[in-house]
Amino acid sequence: MLDSGLSELQAALAAKKISSVELTRLFLERIGRLDGRLNAFITVDEGVSLAQARAADEARARGEGGPLAGIPVAHKDIYCTRALRTTCGSRMLENYTSPYDAHVIEQFERAGAVLLGKTNMDEFAMGSSNETSHFGPVRNPWNSGLVPGGSSGGSAVAVAARMAPVATGTDTGGSIRQPAALTGVCGLKPTYGLVSRYGMVAFASSLDQGGPMAKSAADLALLMNVMVGHDARDSTSLPRPKEDYARALELPLAGLRIGLPKEYFGKGVEPGVRQCVRAAIDWYERRGARTVPVELPHAALAVPVYYVLAPAEASSNLSRFDGVRYGHRAAQYEDLNDMYCRTRAEGFGAEVQRRILVGTYVLSHGYYDAYYLKAQKVRRLIARDFAAAFRLCDLIMGPTSPGTAFPLGAKTDDPVQMYLNDIFTIPAPLAGLPGLSIPCGFDARGLPVGLQIMGDHFAEARMLGAAHQYQRDTDWHRRAPKETPL
Amino acid sequence: MAWEIVVGVETHAQLRTRSKMFSGASTAFGAAPNTQACAVDIALPGVLPVVNSAAVAHALRFGLAVGAAINRRSVFARKNYFYPDLPKGYQISQYEIPIVAGGALKIVLPTGEKTVRLTRAHLEEDAGKSLHEDFQGMTGIDLNRAGTPLLEIVTEPDLRGAKEAVAYARTLHALLRWIGVCDGNMQEGSFRCDANVSVRKAGDDQLGTRCEIKNLNSFLFMEQAIEFEARRQIEVLEGGGRIAQETRLYDADRGETRSMRSKEDAHDYRYFPDPDLLPLVISDEMLAQARASLPELPEARRGKLVASYGLSPVQADLLTQSIETSSYAIAAFEGAPQARWPDMANWICGPLSAKLNESNLDIGASRVAAAELRRLAQKVEDGTLSGKMVKEVLDAVWAGEGGVDEVIGKRGLQQISDAGAIGEIVDEVLANNAKQVEDYRGGKDKAFNSLVGQVMKATQGRANPAQVNEILKAKLLR
Repeated sequence: MLDSGLSELQAALAAKKISSVELTRLFLERIGRLDGRLNAFITVDEGVSLAQARAADEARARGEGGPLAGIPVAHKDIYCTRALRTTCGSRMLENYTSPYDAHVIEQFERAGAVLLGKTNMDEFAMGSSNETSHFGPVRNPWNSGLVPGGSSGGSAVAVAARMAPVATGTDTGGSIRQPAALTGVCGLKPTYGLVSRYGMVAFASSLDQGGPMAKSAADLALLMNVMVGHDARDSTSLPRPKEDYARALELPLAGLRIGLPKEYFGKGVEPGVRQCVRAAIDWYERRGARTVPVELPHAALAVPVYYVLAPAEASSNLSRFDGVRYGHRAAQYEDLNDMYCRTRAEGFGAEVQRRILVGTYVLSHGYYDAYYLKAQKVRRLIARDFAAAFRLCDLIMGPTSPGTAFPLGAKTDDPVQMYLNDIFTIPAPLAGLPGLSIPCGFDARGLPVGLQIMGDHFAEARMLGAAHQYQRDTDWHRRAPKETPL
Repeated sequence: MAWEIVVGVETHAQLRTRSKMFSGASTAFGAAPNTQACAVDIALPGVLPVVNSAAVAHALRFGLAVGAAINRRSVFARKNYFYPDLPKGYQISQYEIPIVAGGALKIVLPTGEKTVRLTRAHLEEDAGKSLHEDFQGMTGIDLNRAGTPLLEIVTEPDLRGAKEAVAYARTLHALLRWIGVCDGNMQEGSFRCDANVSVRKAGDDQLGTRCEIKNLNSFLFMEQAIEFEARRQIEVLEGGGRIAQETRLYDADRGETRSMRSKEDAHDYRYFPDPDLLPLVISDEMLAQARASLPELPEARRGKLVASYGLSPVQADLLTQSIETSSYAIAAFEGAPQARWPDMANWICGPLSAKLNESNLDIGASRVAAAELRRLAQKVEDGTLSGKMVKEVLDAVWAGEGGVDEVIGKRGLQQISDAGAIGEIVDEVLANNAKQVEDYRGGKDKAFNSLVGQVMKATQGRANPAQVNEILKAKLLR
């Protein structure tokens, strides 16, 4: 059961082979056994989870229940929940419980899912290694001396170590795809505007997008069906008709045009990563897909552009954490200004403070044009690159991350090295495009490698179809970490 | 040396909407603190703003009413600063591209009409309130007002002196109420003005350094503050000093402005487009709806009152301070004798307006109906009432003694126009005032007025004055 996909779990629950309470207990027990070491969860409350599981079983007995009835789901601790505190990985919100549920949480509740717990993350989603969390780093189950990636590292590890069947994450510059790649799971960042940001604590509003994490593309499709939906409370949520993200899973690959940007296959890519990605692309070619070279000439500027725009938005988004109404407030202070300074110095970690400073700087009088405005212009050029590329191909493929998982602490002293981890995941969100990462092999050290599949706006079903076909023929996504045997 | 006082005005008008600019919480005034602040207003983690389309419609109505250009695509921006009553740490406003650009407002001055150019009008949200009393060394925060929709209306520096600035503010106030976008309640802060004041030597074409006076919440304070500030600046300049650009506050108790912060202390607000909100796009349909919902505007109605009803521009301006007053006047004019229209305008602006103010009533709730005012005019026209008796009748109708006819009947107020009756009274007065009769006959014309006065007194003012004059003259000649 621990290793099952969603359709198997649905079938087992429907056939009453297992109850939701039993299933939830199974995962809670595994969390209890493994999470002391992996630290993937910030908050787990057996009472809350089992009560929801019981309710799901009762609903099923009455003949009710949605598509995920009784299935436990772990949520990144960035989604506001009434049932459990929402910390965003920060001391600032260590004791904060939201009086309302995020839209995504509502959607899962409507689908009948059980809240399994809130997963660890980089503080306010700022990080690529899950080391900036106030609640300590998350460890990679493939090698607990290594990082799992970030910022949705807790969700990635929860799925990889089979502590949760599926999980949610959020992606701003790669926060779903990069940890998925580093832990050997699947993660999808949808087109901007598909998943409501209401109740998702904001990092960089024009980039943030919630998405699913799971063991297979087929599971991602089912989760997308639950998560996507127009929400009038988010002005950037797109009013689109419902679609079935599983509809293209069985679509044949013949004639598929796969774009290969040369910028994604340069010197910075580790050989082990390059080999696995190349092999996956060869597989697609054998299945009738055709590769075409495409160019993303401005992709090289994506990281600097991102590290202007995302901090700019973050510096403003995080202003509400001022100690006045909720969250951490310094115990001692001289006056109002001192209260702000101490509260924010104590409540925010170093990386968050760094980004607030950068963001404040680039928006300041006299620097706005040179940084923020220029970055917005380059952002449009990057989007134009992709638009041109998607006239030549249906999907773009390349590595998710230039390397596999790295040791804890290896890059914490060098922010730029850390930021370069996201070099391949940052361009898609800058253009509002969807990006998917699926496992495609292991490097020489036995660490998982992620294949990134990017598509044009709203190409998620096609992307998931291409991934599903690959997963029908390969078993990389079925491999479970050796450190956490079933 | 002659100095010219130059004023530009920024007005924050609270828009009349049920809910807030970006949330569904109520905007009703006077609720218990923090009972009208929802998750969005408190800026809880994860909440997002949604534009209130009613506020947008109001902004469009205003833009059309002042002949401005409507930007079909305007942008909400964040104005970042920390303050405890600003929950998000930024105010959502419009910066580079406001919804309303340009436009003009005509104001009526004793010297004639003047056109005041508008720079822009933009949508934004209000902050909450900090309450420094009652909390013993702490500050109370009330977020009921946080997120209330505002239209900030900015003029060019076209106003010359305090009186013009106040005339502009009154005209704007009247227009906003007229088109229904703002209730204009200044005590509740629905209409607040800031004045940018500078002075220059008459004839200079360069503007002087300006100071901004914040939060003028009454027309009287506005006039006093601008006058004080202009005098202060002139004194500084005449003393050889220079004006420092700064923000000043008006202290109404002491009748002076004082420095709040200098330009150097000004915040860097780090404006940038709000990524939570898409650009505000105005469709043809929204614009057409706004246009269709506008009533006849005060300027047009002012013109009509002058051209068709023979009123003076000042009378027309007074009657168009509110749409209700002008409608009342026009309703009363219909069917009333034309020659009395200007008198009726004076009655409305004088005794009736005094009664309304006394009872704190709107003209819609007037205890003297338009039809009664018309009847009053008819009674003056047909000679039943003298002009002097109008106020008494009006007051009596107001007091509930009945309609005009009933009051005249009950109080016996008919004018005495019977020559015989007046003759008898004149005879009596002449008999009792031998000295004045002698004076008059001795060439002192003034004595005549005194005799008229005696007759009027004896008839309690009801004698027809023309007849009194005539009969008195005739009898004195004998």
